[in-house]
Amino acid sequence: MIEPELIEKINRVLAEEFEVDPAIIKPDAMLMDTLDLDSLDLVDMVVLIEHNFGFTVKAKDFAEIKTFMDFYQFINSRMDGSK
Amino acid sequence: MGIYSCIGQDLDTVRDSLMKGKSGIIADPLREELGFRSFLTGSLPEPNLNNVLDRRKRLCMSQEAAYAYLATSWAMEQAKIDSDFLAKNEVGILYGNDSSALAVIEGVDILREKKNTTLIGSGSVFQSMNSSVTMNLSVIFKLKGINLTIAGACASGSHAIGMGFMMIQSGLQDCIVCGGAQEVNPYAVGSFDGLSAFSMRNSSPTEASRPFDADRDGLVPSGGAATLILESYESAVRRGAPIFAEIKSYGFSSNGDHISVPNVDGPKRSILMAINNSDVTLDQIRYVNAHATSTPVGDFNEAMAISEVFGDHRPFVGSTKSMTGHEMWMAGASEVIYSIIMMQNSFIAPTINFEKPDEASAKLNINNKCERLPFDICLSNSFGFGGTNSTLIIKKL
Repeated sequence: MIEPELIEKINRVLAEEFEVDPAIIKPDAMLMDTLDLDSLDLVDMVVLIEHNFGFTVKAKDFAEIKTFMDFYQFINSRMDGSK
Repeated sequence: MGIYSCIGQDLDTVRDSLMKGKSGIIADPLREELGFRSFLTGSLPEPNLNNVLDRRKRLCMSQEAAYAYLATSWAMEQAKIDSDFLAKNEVGILYGNDSSALAVIEGVDILREKKNTTLIGSGSVFQSMNSSVTMNLSVIFKLKGINLTIAGACASGSHAIGMGFMMIQSGLQDCIVCGGAQEVNPYAVGSFDGLSAFSMRNSSPTEASRPFDADRDGLVPSGGAATLILESYESAVRRGAPIFAEIKSYGFSSNGDHISVPNVDGPKRSILMAINNSDVTLDQIRYVNAHATSTPVGDFNEAMAISEVFGDHRPFVGSTKSMTGHEMWMAGASEVIYSIIMMQNSFIAPTINFEKPDEASAKLNINNKCERLPFDICLSNSFGFGGTNSTLIIKKL
């Protein structure tokens, strides 16, 4: 179960960081394509997670993430793991 | 021409500041807090490019690259260079820059705190290199010609123009974006402050930079960016571009001497090389824009070099650094712009705060009030640490 507040926060920080309209962020949409990310942006994704969610990941951890839902679950599981 | 300086961020404002002898120097409370000897600096607003460039482009730009982006955008607009011209021609960039300290220090601070290199972020490396300006501007403007940063200490901007002149003269390039940029933040000049090279007139910022004055006590650091579009005459005429001035010649030399203390011989050879490589005679040069930074030894030796070269000709000699402070990597380019503005508007800007000459500056014709004078040829000096010297002779068209 992912708290709606967490999804809202993830959407907000992604929209702010990557300067996209929050309305285009949908659970089934493809993360990389929707946010127009390249390999440099994944470095900033690591920074974004550390700043906003308090844990450190590696860029290679994003390899299995395709959709925003995958991303929500990734963040949620890591936050659960840190509790 | 485009400029982002402490005496104006457009050519008209810069012209008015030069005419009025308006200083762009302030005392910076942060420098006092950080333990600087001198709190003085040129003051200019931080560019806001949020609605101008996309996130990736902004993220990769250092402070000086942002200054240079604005100066270059305005220069291109004035020169009538658009994206179509850039796509169809191999336009180059030669820009003077010799540090990007703020980006380096911010990156290292994160590394020391987090002990994780990824958390430095993706933009830091592109902000941190001395080529930050040229790498960013060449990508943003899609430039396809020469793409190179000139690092020649405080003569960087002048050497960039000189190198551009040579490349166009040789036929290798038709059009090059030339200029100089200098970051403005305490971290960029902390170690310089430690050398006791800066003025200590902390309570009177606008009177601190006083080139050639007998009571000068050091330079005032400053910065920004200045861009000139250099183009072959044929190319500029062919596309109907406005033409403001011609680079007549470029002289250069190395002192081969002390790392920080300038001498007379090196600058003199640079000036003579520029004169001897041109068809300009000494009496045709009506104005010398001196390097004169307001340091005791530097100004003295430059005054000696100028007086030994010009003898009885006595052109007006001035230092716009009296108003701008020392724009360092940018200075050689900005001072060419200041000089062209003076030629376009028939005046010699004052060397403000020049009240009492010393033994060397007494030999020169230095005005501390604005002089109205139509003239069309000037000479601009720029010298730097390590004894690198550059001289340009410019003619108004």
